[in-house]
Parts: sequence; structure tokens; C-alpha cells
Amino acid sequence: MADVLLEIEDLEARIGAGPRAVRAVDGVSLRIRRGETYALLGESGCGKSMTALSIMRLLPAPAGRITGGRVLLDGIDLLGLSEARMRAVRGGRIGMIFQEPMTSLNPVLTVGEQIAESVRIHRGLRGGALRGRVLELLDAVGIPDARRRAGEYPHQLSGGMKQRVMIAIALAGEPELLIADEPTTALDVTIQAEVLELLRRLRAETGMALLLITHDLGVVAQTADRVGVMYAGQLVEEAARAPFFADPRHPYSRKLFDSVPTMAKRARPLAVIPGSVPELTATFSGCRFAERCARAWDACRERVPQWHRVADGHGVRCHLYDAALVAGAPGAAVSADAAADADTAAAAPAPEAGGHGPGGADLLRVRDLAVHFPVRSGLFARTRAKVYAVDGVSLAVGVGRTVALVGESGCGKTTVAKAILQLIRPTAGSVRFDGVELTALRGRALRARRRDFQIVFQDPYASMNPRMRVGEIVEEGMAALGLVADRAARRRRVAELLAQVGLSEPALSRYPHEFSGGQRQRICIARALAVDPRLIVCDEPTSALDVSVQAQILNLLKGLQDRLGLSYLFITHNLSVVSYLADEIAVMYLGRIVEHGPVSAVLAAPRHPYTEALLAAVPTLEAGAHRPVIRLEGDPPSPVDPPPGCHFQPRCPRAMPVCRERYPVGTVVGAGHEVRCHLYPGA
Amino acid sequence: MVKPVFLWTDTLLYVLVAAVAVLVWYVRRHEHLRAPWREVFRNRMGVAAMVVLAAYVTVGLLDSVHFRLPLESSAAGGERYSGQVLSVLDLLLTPLRTHQEETYSAPLATRLYSKETVRLPDGRDVRIYPRLRFGGAQLRDPARDRLPDIERTILRGVGFALLVWGALAAVVILVLARRHRWAPRAALQRVLAGRTDYPVHVALYTAGALILFASVTGHLAVHYHVFGTDKVGQDVFYETLKSIRTGLVIGTLTTLVMLPLAIVLGITAGYFRSWVDDVIQYIYTTLNSIPGVLLIVGAILMLEVYMANHPGDFQTVIARADLRLLFLCIILGITSWTGLCRLLRGEALKLRELDYVQAAQAFGVGHTKILARHILPNVMHIVLITVVLDFSGLVLAEAVLTYVGVGVDPTTYSWGNMINGARLELARDPVVWWSLAAAFLFMFGLVLSANLFADAVRDAFDPRAGGGRRGG
Ligand SMILES: Nc1ncnc2c1ncn2[C@@H]1O[C@H](COP(=O)(O)OP(=O)(O)OP(=O)(O)O)[C@@H](O)[C@H]1O
Ligand code: SF4
Ligand code: SF4
Ligand SMILES: [Mg+2]
Repeated sequence: MADVLLEIEDLEARIGAGPRAVRAVDGVSLRIRRGETYALLGESGCGKSMTALSIMRLLPAPAGRITGGRVLLDGIDLLGLSEARMRAVRGGRIGMIFQEPMTSLNPVLTVGEQIAESVRIHRGLRGGALRGRVLELLDAVGIPDARRRAGEYPHQLSGGMKQRVMIAIALAGEPELLIADEPTTALDVTIQAEVLELLRRLRAETGMALLLITHDLGVVAQTADRVGVMYAGQLVEEAARAPFFADPRHPYSRKLFDSVPTMAKRARPLAVIPGSVPELTATFSGCRFAERCARAWDACRERVPQWHRVADGHGVRCHLYDAALVAGAPGAAVSADAAADADTAAAAPAPEAGGHGPGGADLLRVRDLAVHFPVRSGLFARTRAKVYAVDGVSLAVGVGRTVALVGESGCGKTTVAKAILQLIRPTAGSVRFDGVELTALRGRALRARRRDFQIVFQDPYASMNPRMRVGEIVEEGMAALGLVADRAARRRRVAELLAQVGLSEPALSRYPHEFSGGQRQRICIARALAVDPRLIVCDEPTSALDVSVQAQILNLLKGLQDRLGLSYLFITHNLSVVSYLADEIAVMYLGRIVEHGPVSAVLAAPRHPYTEALLAAVPTLEAGAHRPVIRLEGDPPSPVDPPPGCHFQPRCPRAMPVCRERYPVGTVVGAGHEVRCHLYPGA
Repeated sequence: MVKPVFLWTDTLLYVLVAAVAVLVWYVRRHEHLRAPWREVFRNRMGVAAMVVLAAYVTVGLLDSVHFRLPLESSAAGGERYSGQVLSVLDLLLTPLRTHQEETYSAPLATRLYSKETVRLPDGRDVRIYPRLRFGGAQLRDPARDRLPDIERTILRGVGFALLVWGALAAVVILVLARRHRWAPRAALQRVLAGRTDYPVHVALYTAGALILFASVTGHLAVHYHVFGTDKVGQDVFYETLKSIRTGLVIGTLTTLVMLPLAIVLGITAGYFRSWVDDVIQYIYTTLNSIPGVLLIVGAILMLEVYMANHPGDFQTVIARADLRLLFLCIILGITSWTGLCRLLRGEALKLRELDYVQAAQAFGVGHTKILARHILPNVMHIVLITVVLDFSGLVLAEAVLTYVGVGVDPTTYSWGNMINGARLELARDPVVWWSLAAAFLFMFGLVLSANLFADAVRDAFDPRAGGGRRGG
């Protein structure tokens, strides 16, 4: 085909040598046409980034090597080029942007210089033409006031801006192919939506092809033309977007869809994929997914599945589509699709969502909570300014209920959590837990209360002491609070707790680093449960995890709530998790809650313009349903210097003159649904 | 019976050895602590350095068991001991220690380095280079016999070394073979080819080189002064071997003084922040802005004044010199804890914000416990790396300080004193170079191997160096 731009054949890449070498990419073949967006989808550690780096011949030296295959760009084998000619291809015909915009820019050069350098190398422009081109590029990636921005340094830009600058640098060489490795993972949803929109627009304007690496099905649905699913170093399914979303064929792809939390799945547990991606050091004699596949049978462990075409342009690597083998599969009579549905439903009996009705007494009641951090500088560290991290937050959590606290990064969610737990002493406001004012408690009295409220953190890698065994970690709280004095009894209790979160006894004497992210998060939950808390504050407990693992954690949290009547304050920026788990939602913007109410009401009919924008930005799985992105001007303002009037006013598409003058007061717009916006003047 | 003498530094060294033993036992039982050590033992340079260091440490420890021999005349009455304090090393080196010449003699010489007036049997006085009392004394005609004799002795030394090394290698290989259930032959081939878990062959070769050196010098030392003699006729080889202990004491005891200060102040400053941090930062900033040498000079002068005023407190010369050595360690420790303290403060600042520390606080775990369980174990790798890196610096510091006259007591054997003594002789014609050369050789060996070892340790323990694996 003449319109194929990039063709990869049997690409193999290894990291390290000898028997411990990691086969990060193991026989990947794919084709990208001109002007096409190809999405590479998969969980972390599947080899997506390594595939991209192999195309660029940028594997981490000296350990990484390409050990086989061909990478043809317009028929030229990139693997055979000299390093000098390859350098012209990199940044020239192929551009690349990375996940972490913070670290991919040089902090001591201005943005303009960095873009100019790339233009000079690849287009050979000089002087005025060069400057003109730089401004053009900044314009193209939607950076307003390009002339001023070009003279700024990276630290003066927000994350979204930096990612735009990275894109501008990648565009400098007018590439035919742009490789974007998780370009939006580090960004907030509203900014993610803008960056994706930008990529779509640029592709349409320049006709370049886009290789988009992501683990987010929503992003794929909104952006891709073709989709490749990677698992353990191989492609397991490839199709055009529409057929893929309508009817994913590989059991792994299906599970990925099933594990995405949605409102509709609230009543039952999410589908989970047990286990984790296998070590890529092993050689496989069967299907790599067999350990975790509910449909696996003998043939899956004995033979390596081949690539099968199930429809035009739709291929799958699975024995279920091998006519010769499928006869031996259990439930072969049933069609592959029906069986897949059956095992989702059978994953666990649906627990009755009992005790979730409204009307439970409030366990936690937060009023006008404020946390201001002093910014010290100068001689004798005088306080020069204040960070208004939390500035008047009120919320309540009922017994056995889940309240979600939602907002962009930096809006103060974690500070609220720590202030409620008295890990940071609030500047003002009251935190009443079960009728007791926590802010007034000190020392011993506070310590005695601590068993009632616990916290689960975002980063499962940082939340456990690497030098302690899991048993000691889980036990620590019990010992500190003097709950179970007897050592042996404590041990028994720890084993019980681990069983409760689905880990076995031998885990007790192992160290945290021996566990995967999801397992670690379970241990953290067990640690919190150890002291029989009544409220658990979950601070983004799943945002560092893959969807399939996220599903395990959500199921666990939900099950525990049903059994133990726990209350959760669930902090997240992931609205699909909210819709699955929460009863109420509170939307936070710059230290204050701007809208809160029952999940169903708020998600169905958001009132506050910020909530509207947030919801519109979430990529949905309904393919092609490009909801209009509500563009938010600029970036979230800094909490050091909040804008006058309504904090959202500089970015609000519906701002009115009054918005600049006064902060709006709360207006009740429905049962338990309150909004702070001048659009809804009080009754 | 002998009467044991416990010098201050001896006692502290024993404490240190005991502490290291306990630590080794503890590390062996904790997999995550063992893992980086395994890396150290897999590092070829590290292994070679460790073998050399082990040889130094052995000499140093042998030299740290002190006692006084009973006086023979009092055998009947008992209870009377020589005023001279000796160590096990002194006993082992008795020939070296007692073979005292008149003055300078060159390495392996049979005659003095300077002319003296000698009265011949016939009553005439002549100025000649007189024969040494011990060096080559067994030769009838040194001019003719010396070189062949030396050659023979060296050959004997080499032969003996080969025997010892062969035996050692055989034992090691047999032990390996038993442990892994390999055939002895296969074990030999594996070791030779370096196909063992740890670089055993490197250890064997290094040990071989050391044995060869020890055996050849040992054989020669029976009849010659291998590194010559110094101004008072003392064997230089003996002096430099005795200096090893001084170097080790300075390098290790100083850290013993410095560690508690640096660790306690560093992590409390970082963990508590606020005024605790301010006070501690103030202390070390102030201390840092006073030149270390000034403090050391002041402290040593004070000690000298004290010693001059209380001569009765010290039974022996050696006890007096020892106290000064200890004092030097303490004062070096006090001037050198700030660097580590600053590092630890920074690390604790980082750790205190980590979720697991916050989780512990959410459980109401007390501060002391958090410091001990969550902060301290997670900064230990920094402590270890710093201690190992500082060691060689301290050994060199001793030489420099002694050279400028504020180091160890002039009666203590140390490389600094040897260099200081050799300084004047370098101006002589012909030059007396051997004291300096011997001190340099042994000091270089220690510092080089300590540095190589430090590199291996850092590679294994520093997560940023890429060698260490932490987390999954
Ligand atoms: N420097 C390295 N040394 C050893 N193994 C590595 C290295 N970098 C990556 N790997 C391994 O290569 C495999 C593929 O990694 P890769 O980064 O491509 O995954 P990914 O799908 O992009 O994951 P993520 O979504 O987390 O970025 C993994 O098993 C990973 O552990
Ligand atoms: S080949 Fe077997 S194990 Fe692999 S995905 Fe298909 S059914 Fe599952
Ligand atoms: S108060 Fe005004 S600026 Fe603020 S959200 Fe409402 S309309 Fe927008
Ligand atoms: Mg990646």
C-alpha cells in the first residue's frame, strides 16, 4: 500500500543480556498510514514505551538493544541507517513527545530558544525567519501571547503549557509521524481535553500521522483511527476504532472494558483481571495471558497463539479464534462473546447496595475549614504571603456513605484530607467527628481518637516503609494505639486482615517491594482497617494503578463498606470512579467547594460552569461522541493570590461583571444540591 | 603470666569490632539489607580492596592487644612486670623490634649509611662504614655474599608463599565444592574461569599477592632491614607496620565520635523542623565557620597543658600517647560531623513528608518511635556511604596534622611522624629516602583500597548510582 507511512515487522527489543534479559518488545508488527492516528493501548509494563523508543532507536543505552525485525519509514529501514542519518530522522521526519512535560524541557533555556534550536537543526532557518517560525509554532499549539511566552523559562509555564511547548518542539521538524507517549497522563482532565483537541487539530492541518500511546480507553475512543492492544510485549488485538469499541474480541481487551467503572455498573462489582503482567524475562510456551484469562484451557498453556484475522482489518492473537483449536475449549458451544459475558457476571455475586440510603447521621462534619500556609522568604524568614490552600470548606459524611471530593491538581484536596485527620493543624474552622471537636483535641486525647479515622494514600510505593515487613506495617497502628496487647493475638488479627483484602499469610513476612502496586494498595487498606476505623479518607487510592487493578481496589472498598458499614471520603480527579462508587460529590476549585450534591444529580445535571467543563472534558467510551469541549481560558490560578470575586471568574465562559466583585454565596438548587455561582441567585 | 593492659583506644576498638559483628549478624538476617552487600561482594574491585583491608585490619587488631611481660628476675616473687607495654604484634615481630642499629642504614644494607671512626684491633682509628650489628650479620664477606644471599632468600620466600597460597586456594576450592556439591575439579575450573557467584578468583589472586609480599619481606627481614633503619637505628619496616594501627584508629574511632552527633542532630532537625531545626542549623553553621585546624590546635594545646600538670595520671609513656591519640579522634570527630549532619537533615526533610511517615502519624505513633523505625533505617545507607568515604580522608588527615605538629604524640608510631622525621633527611646528601617511601607505600595501600571499597559500597547502596536496587 502506497499510503503506509511506517511499517514495523517483527520488532524485538531486549533490555539487559543473558538469561535475565527483559524481552520488552517481542515480535510486534504494525502499520501506520499517512494522516492516521494509531493508538497503542495497554497496561503499564506491557512494552508500549519500548516500542516507541525502538522506532526512534532511543532505547536506554547500553542495556537496551533491538534484537530483530525491521522498522520501515516510507520503505527505508531505520534500523539500518547510520547514527548520523538517524539523527536527521529523529525530530525531523519523526517527532516525539513524552509523558512528563516537567522534565523534558531544559530549565535554563527560554521556551523560544528551545523551539528555535529544533527549527534550526531540522529546517535550517536563521535570523528573522527563525524567529517568525517560532512564533508561528507557538501560535499553532495555542499558546496565547506568543511573543512574550517565547522569552519565558519553563518554570514560568503550567504543565499544560509545557506540554504544548513540547508539541511545538516536536512540530518544528514538520514531522510526518508524531509519537506521543502518554502525552496527557500527567495533566488534569480539563487540560488533557485541550491537548487532545490540539493534537486532533494539528493532525488535520498538517496531515501527519500520530502514534498515540496510552492506557486510557477514553482517550483512545476520542482520538484514534486504529487501535492496537499490547500485552506483555506483543500485540494481542488490532482493529479500527469503531469495530474495536463495538466488539472487542480478545479476552484481555474485553476485561479492560469491563473493568472501567461507570454509573451503570454501580450495583455490581467490576470485572477484574486477577494477577499481574508476567515477568518478561521468561520464555513463554503458551499464551502470555493464560495465567489471568478466565477462558483459558489446555491449549492456551501448550501452544503460542497465532495471529488470526476475524474481520477485515481486525486481528486477534487468541486460540478462541483458531477454528482448529476452539473445538476443545470449554463452553465451545457457546459463542465466544456470550461466554465472556458470563464470566463477568459470575466474577462475584452482586452485593446488595444496602445501607446506602440517605438519612444516616453525619459521622464527620467539617465547617469552614481553612488551611493557610505561610510563604517565608528573606532575612529572618518573615512571612511574606500566604498560600490559601484550603479556604472555607464545609462538608459532611454520613455513616456508611461515600462522599467524593473532586478537583484539579493543586486545588487543595489532599490538604483537606490531612487537615481532617489533624495531620496538618487547620488555621480555622471546625472538624467534628461523631460529635467531638477534633481541632480542640491535643496529645493523648487526640491519639485515642485516631483509631476512628484512617487514611489511604495515593502512591502505593511511598506509603510503606521499605525497611519493614508487611506484618510489622499492618501491626503498627494496633501497637501504637494499644488495641491488641498480646503479640500472638495481634499476629492473628493481621493475618485475618490480609485475608480480608485478599492476600495470603506468607505475605506477612515479605517486604513491600515484593508486591505490585495493586497489592501494595491492598496492604495499605489492611493497615487502615487494622484499627477498626469508622471513616477512611482515600486520597486518590487508584490513580497510580491500571484500570484492571483499579477495579480490584474499588471492588474491595465497596465490599468492605457493605460488610463493615464504613464511611469514605474519597478524593479523586477521576469522575468515572466517582460515578461508580460515591453517593455524594463535592467539587472543589481553588480551596473552596463550588458545588456539591448527590452524585446522580450533579453528574446528570451539573450547575456550576466549572463542573460542566470538568464533565465535558472527561473522555467517554462512546466512540465518536465528541462532546464539545468547554474551553477554559488559561490555567488554574495560584492559591497564593486568588482572583477577586469568584475564583473561577478568569476562566469562566459565562462570567458576568458581578462575578469580579463578590464571591458567590451558596444556593440550593435541588435536594441536597448546592451551588456557589452568581448564575443561581439565592431564592 | 602477662599482665594485660587496656588502653583507651584498645577498648574502643573492641567495642567497635563487637558492634560490627552484631551488625553483620543483623544484616545477614534481613534480606533487604543483605542484597546491597551482595552487590559489594560481587564487585571485583570491592573484593580485592576488601582482602587488602582485611590484611591491614588484622595487623591493626594484633597490635591492639596490649600487655606487660613479667620481669624475669622477679619470677620468684611474682607481681613484678616490665614497664614496657607490648602488643601481640610486637611479640610476633620481636626480631624486627630488637634488631636495633646505631643509626641510618639503607634497605637491605650490611653497613651503616654514615662513616664512623672505628678502632681496629691493632689500635689504629679509621673512618669507615661499619658493619651493621644485625643487617647481614651472618655473612662473612658482605661484598661478595650479600646479593646471592638475598636472591636465595627471596627465592625461599617465593617458594614458601606458593606453598601457603596453594594450601589456601585448595581449602577455599574444597569448601566451595562442598557447599555447591561440585566435583573438586569442576570447582577449580569454575573458580579459575570466574564462573562463581562471587569473584572468588579475584580474592585468591589478591590474597596471593599479599602472601607473596609478606613471605618475601618476612624471609628477608630475618637477616636484613628490608626498608632500612631510621636515625636511631630502628627498623623502618617495624615502624610502618606499627603505624597501621594508628591509621586505623584515627579512621574508625573518629567516626564513632561523629556518628551519634551527626545522626541524632541531623534527623531531629529534619524531622521536627521549626525551632529545633533553627537551633541545630545554627550550631553547625557556626562550627563550620571556625577553621577546623584552629579547633584542633587549641584542643591539643589544652591537652598538653593538662598532661604537663598531671604527670602522675599516666603510668606509662604509651598510655599517655594513647590518650592523646584518643583526644585527636574526638576533636576530629567534633569538627567533622557537620557534613553528614547536613546530608541527613536534608534526607529527613524529604522522608518526613512521605506517606508512610504520615500514616504512622495518623496512627498516633510517637515521635521517637517514628524517628527510630521510619526515618533512621531509611537514612542508614547515607551514613554507611559517608563513613566509608570519610575513612581514607581521616587517615590522610592524621598524616597532615602530625606533620604540622598537632597530630599524634611524637612517640606514637604513625605515618605522619615517619614523614615528619623523613622531612629533614631529604635535605641530606646522599638522600635518606626509605622512611618516606615505606610510609608512603603502606599509607597508599590503605587509602587506595579504602577508596576502592568505598566506591563499591556507594555503587551498591546509592540508589542514584544505579547499582543499588530499591523498590520494585
Ligand atoms: N531501564 C530498564 N531496565 C530494565 N527493564 C526495563 C527498563 N525500562 C523498561 N523496562 C521493562 O520493559 C517493559 C516494558 O516497559 P515500558 O516502559 O515500555 O511499559 P509501558 O507499557 O510503557 O508502561 P507505562 O504505562 O508504565 O509507561 C517492562 O517490563 C519494564 O519493566
Ligand atoms: S489464547 Fe487462551 S489464554 Fe490466551 S487469551 Fe485466548 S483464551 Fe485466553
Ligand atoms: S460566579 Fe460567575 S465566574 Fe463564577 S462560576 Fe459563576 S458565572 Fe462563572
Ligand atoms: Mg510508558
